[in-house]
Amino acid sequence: MFAIPLAWLQLKRETVRLLVALAGIGFAVILMFLQLGFQAALFESAVTLHQKLEGDIFLISPQSTSLTSMKSFPDRRLYQSLGFAGVDAISPIYLGLGIWKNPYWEGPPASQTRSILVIGMVPGDKVFALPEVAENQSQLRLTDVVLFDRASREEFGPISKKFEALKATGGLVKSEIESRRVKVGGLFSLGASFGADGNLITSDLNFRRIFSKRGEGMIDVGLIKLKPGVDLEKTLARFRQNLPGTSRTDPKKTTDQTKEDFVVGDVRVLSKKAFIAFEQNYWKESTAIGFIFTLGTAIGFVVGTVIVYQILYTDVTDHLAEYATLKAMGYKNRYLLSVVFQEAIILAVMGYIPGYILCLGLYNVTRSATALPISMTLDRGILVLCLAILMCVISGAVAVRKVQDADPADIF
Amino acid sequence: MLQPIITIENVSHYFGAGRLRKQILFDVTTIVEPGEVVIMTGPSGSGKTTLLTLIGALRSTQEGSLKVLGQELRGGSESKLVELRRNIGYIFQAHNLLNSLRAWQNVQMSIELHSDIPASESRDRAEAMLEAVGLADWATQYPNELSGGQKQRVAIARALVCNPKLVLADEPTAALDKKSGRDVVEIMHDLAKKQGSAIVLVTHDNRILDLADRIIHMEDGRLSSLDASA
Ligand SMILES: Nc1ncnc2c1ncn2[C@@H]1O[C@H](COP(=O)(O)OP(=O)(O)O)[C@@H](O)[C@H]1O
Ligand SMILES: [Mg+2]
Repeated sequence: MFAIPLAWLQLKRETVRLLVALAGIGFAVILMFLQLGFQAALFESAVTLHQKLEGDIFLISPQSTSLTSMKSFPDRRLYQSLGFAGVDAISPIYLGLGIWKNPYWEGPPASQTRSILVIGMVPGDKVFALPEVAENQSQLRLTDVVLFDRASREEFGPISKKFEALKATGGLVKSEIESRRVKVGGLFSLGASFGADGNLITSDLNFRRIFSKRGEGMIDVGLIKLKPGVDLEKTLARFRQNLPGTSRTDPKKTTDQTKEDFVVGDVRVLSKKAFIAFEQNYWKESTAIGFIFTLGTAIGFVVGTVIVYQILYTDVTDHLAEYATLKAMGYKNRYLLSVVFQEAIILAVMGYIPGYILCLGLYNVTRSATALPISMTLDRGILVLCLAILMCVISGAVAVRKVQDADPADIF
Repeated sequence: MLQPIITIENVSHYFGAGRLRKQILFDVTTIVEPGEVVIMTGPSGSGKTTLLTLIGALRSTQEGSLKVLGQELRGGSESKLVELRRNIGYIFQAHNLLNSLRAWQNVQMSIELHSDIPASESRDRAEAMLEAVGLADWATQYPNELSGGQKQRVAIARALVCNPKLVLADEPTAALDKKSGRDVVEIMHDLAKKQGSAIVLVTHDNRILDLADRIIHMEDGRLSSLDASA
C-alpha cells in the first residue's frame, strides 16, 4: 500500500548521519565476529589432533577428562572390539606429557625444560592423516627416535631449523625427554593447542621406554576403523551390547548424543564427532575462555545497540513535527512505528555488509599472524546478522516510544 | 437541503486540570455548509486554533456536540478519528512538509492514505495537482530548495489532492510576504471552489477577507458572526 519508502528516504537524506550509523554498526559487527571467531579458533585448535586421527570410533577411559589428562585403560577392550562386525582395524595410542629439554639453550646454566605431548603409536599403523608420519615410518621403528612437531612453540628450541641443517651432514638433533636421550628422526606439522605447547610422535615401544612407569598393556586411546560403508550407529550399538560390563550414559546428554558417547564397563565409547565434542566441552566448561569471549561479544552488542539507539532517537526527534503532520493527515501510529523499525532493519543490514567484508580480511590477517585456525563460517555469519538485526530492533523499540510524543494537535 | 459539513453546538473547551483548569472556548455554536468558504478572525490567544483542532479531530471534544462530515466527534474512538482525518485537508501555519521527500512524494503521501486510488495513478495525480498550484517544474525539488510561497503551495496540493470535503487552514500566510500570501490563498480558494470543498481559514490578513462567503469572529473564546460585506 505504501509506495514511498519513507524510512529509506529519511535515512538517505542525512548522509553523514547514515555513514556514522553504518560505521558504528559495522564496528559492532566486526567486534562480535572477532570475539566469536577467536573463541571458535581456540576451541578448534584444541582438537586439531583429534581431527587428524584416522578413526571412526574411539575408546578411552571413563576417567579421562581431556587429551592432556588421560587415564589409561587395558588394551584388552580394544582387541575385543576387533571381533565385532563392521570393524576393519584397530590401533592403540599412548599419550603422555613429558619434560623436554631444549638442547640449544644458551641462557643461564639451568637447562630450559618444558612439557610436551608425547604420542606413542604402532609404526606402520595408519593413525594420523599426516603424510610425513607415514613417510618416516622406518625412523619410527628405531630405538629412541622421535618425530618432532615443527609447529610446536619455539621454547622447545630451534629443532626444525637445526634438523634441516644437520640433515645435509647426516647428523641428528639430540635431546632429552623425561631424562631419556632421544634423537629427532623427522618432522611433522600439527600445532600447539590449549593443553600442549608441542607434540612428539614416537613408537609404542619408545613410548614405554620414555614413560617406564606405565603399566603393561595400558593404553590411552583406542582407535577403531570401520569397514567402508558400515553404519556407524549400528556398530556403536553393537559395542554397547558386546563389551563387558553394564552400560551407562550421561543423564545431561540427549538421546542422540548418548548414541555416540556412552560408557560400558571400564571404557567410554565415542564416535569421532563425540570425541571432538568431549575435548571441546572440557575446555569450554573448565576454563574461562568461553566466558571471556561471550563477554566480548556482548560488549560489541551493547556498543552497537547504544549507537543505533542514539542515531534513531536523534532521527525521530528531528522528524517529530513531520510525524505529527502525518498523524494529522490520518496516518496511524502503527505506520510511524513501522517506519522506525524499517530504519532499524535497513541500518542493521547495511552496517552488517561492510563489517562482514572487513572481517574476512581481518580473519586472514589473524590467521597468518597467529596460526590460529580462524575463518568465516555460515553459522557465524548468520548468527552475527541476527545479532545485528536484534541490536537494531531493540534500539528501535526504545527510540520508537518517542514517536508517541508526536501530537498532531501541536502543529497548528 | 444538504447536510452541513460542520455542525458545532455549544462546544466548550478547557485546558489544564484542577485549580489550573481554564476555559478557552465558551458555548461555541455555528454551521459550515458544503462548499462554503468561512474565514475566522480574532485576536491572538482567543481560541481560534483550539477550535480548528477540535474540528479537525486532532483533539477530543470535551463539551457540547461537534459533527464533522456527518460524524459526531465527541466520544469518538481514536481509530474513527484517524479515519475522519483522512477526509480533511490540513494546511498549517508552517508548511510542515516532509524534508526527505521530493515535492511530488509529499503530495503522494496524502494519496497513499486512500486505497481507492491505484498506485500506478498516484504519481500522475500528484504531479497534476502540483501543476494546478503552478509548480509543474518543481515537482522533483526537495522542500529546502523551494521558497516559502512554493512550499505552502505544495502543502495546498497535498491537502487538496484527494478532493477533501473540508479544508482547514490556520494562518497559512503568516510566514509569507503579502503578495505571495494572497497568491497562495487565491490558489487554495479557487481549487476548493472547483472541487466543492468547504474551507475554514483562520487569518489576520485583512486583504484576503474578500474571498470569504462568511466571516466569523472569535473573541475571548466566544464566536460572533460578521457579515462578509461589512
Ligand atoms: N495545549 C495547551 N495547553 C494549555 N493552554 C493552551 C494550549 N493550547 C492553547 N492554550 C491556550 O488557549 C488559549 C487559546 O489559544 P489558541 O487557540 O492557540 O488561540 P489563537 O489560535 O486564537 O491564537 C491561549 O490562551 C493559549 O495560551
Ligand atoms: Mg493560533
